[in-house]
Amino acid sequence: MSATLEAPDERLLRPSLLRRLLGRPELGSVVGAVAVFVFFSVVAESFLRPSSLSTVLYAASTLGIMAVPVALLMIGGEFDLSAGVMVTSSALVSSMFSYQMTANVWVGVVVSLLVTLALGVFNGFMLTRTKLPSFIITLGTFLMLTGLNLGFTKLISGTVSTKSIGDMEGFPSARKVFASQLTIGDVNLKVTLLWWAALIAVATWVLLRTRAGNWIFAVGGNDDAARAVGVPVVKTRIGLYMGVAFAAWISGQHLLFSYDAVQSGEGVGNELTYIIAAVIGGCLITGGYGSAIGSAIGAFIFGMTNKGIVYAEWNPDWFKFFLGAMLLLAALLNAWVRKRAEASR
Amino acid sequence: MARVRSWVSGAMAAAVGLSLAGCSSTGGKRAEDRAARAAAVGKAAVNTPKWKFAMVTHSGDGDTFWDIVQKGSQQAAAKDNITFLYSHSEEGQQQAQLVQTAIDQKVDGLIVTLAKPDSMKAVVAKAEKAGIPVITVNSGSEVSKKFGALTHIGQDETIAGEAVGNELNKRGRKRALCVLHEQGNVGHEQRCAGARKTFHGKLQNIYVDGTNMPDVQSSIEAKLQADQSIDSVVTLGAPFADAAVQAKDTAGSKAEIDTFDLNAKVADALQKGTLGFAVDQQPYLQGYEAVDLLWLYKYNRNVLGGGLPVLTGPQVITKQDASALADYTKRGTR
Repeated sequence: MSATLEAPDERLLRPSLLRRLLGRPELGSVVGAVAVFVFFSVVAESFLRPSSLSTVLYAASTLGIMAVPVALLMIGGEFDLSAGVMVTSSALVSSMFSYQMTANVWVGVVVSLLVTLALGVFNGFMLTRTKLPSFIITLGTFLMLTGLNLGFTKLISGTVSTKSIGDMEGFPSARKVFASQLTIGDVNLKVTLLWWAALIAVATWVLLRTRAGNWIFAVGGNDDAARAVGVPVVKTRIGLYMGVAFAAWISGQHLLFSYDAVQSGEGVGNELTYIIAAVIGGCLITGGYGSAIGSAIGAFIFGMTNKGIVYAEWNPDWFKFFLGAMLLLAALLNAWVRKRAEASR
Repeated sequence: MARVRSWVSGAMAAAVGLSLAGCSSTGGKRAEDRAARAAAVGKAAVNTPKWKFAMVTHSGDGDTFWDIVQKGSQQAAAKDNITFLYSHSEEGQQQAQLVQTAIDQKVDGLIVTLAKPDSMKAVVAKAEKAGIPVITVNSGSEVSKKFGALTHIGQDETIAGEAVGNELNKRGRKRALCVLHEQGNVGHEQRCAGARKTFHGKLQNIYVDGTNMPDVQSSIEAKLQADQSIDSVVTLGAPFADAAVQAKDTAGSKAEIDTFDLNAKVADALQKGTLGFAVDQQPYLQGYEAVDLLWLYKYNRNVLGGGLPVLTGPQVITKQDASALADYTKRGTR
């Protein structure tokens, strides 16, 4: 009885729901993701196996963990070029601190969190104090961290990679938290998926349901206007950089506890991948527009393309070309869908 | 500002407190100290003048391999009463400029790699014109003599690859995967090509992003899932072997993992049997011999190799050899 009464209401609601959907920044990337998914399902026969999809999800999650805060930062109108090596720094700090102090590895993990957050504060503080573009500030941090990673590692361990901490106390429990996996049948689900999901949920909640979320959009849209209406611009920016640092800490610990030793030269170039994921996911490079879920879909597209090419067993000489072309197509489709959506609004 | 300072000191106090409270009774620095190896600190064994030798390589930042080469050079330099200078750049042009600065410093001997021979040709000729003896190491065996170097010390990458192919045959492998962690590296291509030449089965290449370990792992994983007939995976650098092992476990593959180069983890994994074999080109030897041969040339006009490269590899290391090498890999000289 009640169902028949509600039916006309639902029909009335539909246009507004559709319109709401069309206004979402991640709509285009969803279409792109579906296209990429269908494409590889057809081209690569092993792509659709559950175990393959779990590999794709793992690849997407390691990238996606960083793409979430990077997307938030971009919505706030800034970049972080130091995000890639910061992951390595974070892993190096916790590994070397535990080793040198012969401490329980959890001590190193906590110290690393403090150090990494301090790096985020440094980026945000320098940016807001000097008013230089974030490109310059974080490029400086990127270069300094690259040097520090190598210099300190060599100074402390005598070689360019850290010593193994696999036999130290606390390692098994830390590995459970940062690098464990759940096996169901022949499907391996990595714990990074949980971290990723949690970050997306928190970031989405912050963006859409809290005051801080409004501040982020305001700061990215026009910071003078934001300041005029009382948005704490400095605090918001520093907070965003700390968010990137926090995710770098998670990724760094995953790196460390997956392989128990870290190479000091890693991470260079990954910062661009994070930005790519955020952009494919609908973040505007100019700031003020985007979403956390979008960054997740961007990471998923990147992961699918990256691994799909392997599943398709294409000639590996052309790998980078295929990757670039697929990403460009996904981004174009994304832009086209968004334009159509905005026009129909 | 004061608030920041109190924050920092608070954090530091917390860190120190934590480290005191949470000591690990296993592993770590203390275990290393307890093991107390006599560190290999050399004293000059000869009283020849204090010559200055420079080594300029094509290494990137923080490369494990080149770190071992340097250790070998330093050891020989200490013994031979040599002042040893080291510099490196991945860019051919930059490397050439570094060689030029060494010439400007009027070094008594020069050790270079010829990974990018075209950009190095002119500057090596300049060194010879300035009367500086040149020895090439690691890469460039084909052009070393043509460029006028005294000798070349290194592994022939094709021969090393062929050794891998033979070893795979011996182990009855049918389908192998060659994991290249740097796209466009000539030496890497030669290794895989060499292996393909002698291997009776089918060998495929796969390119992975060497600066992103999770990507290395998931790419190998994807490949093993896509092609389940693969029964062996060969990585071209020691750090990637561990990622390959994990990829194999996740993919539920039965492939054997083998690798080029050696480090402590590889030695450990060989003993445990998670790795099949490792092909070592003995980087320590490349650094050590280069300095020592330059010294011999300066002191006694000796030249080794008779116009042919002096090969430092490939040495195939299996489970049996690994335990004897474990200590040396831990101190970073193997």
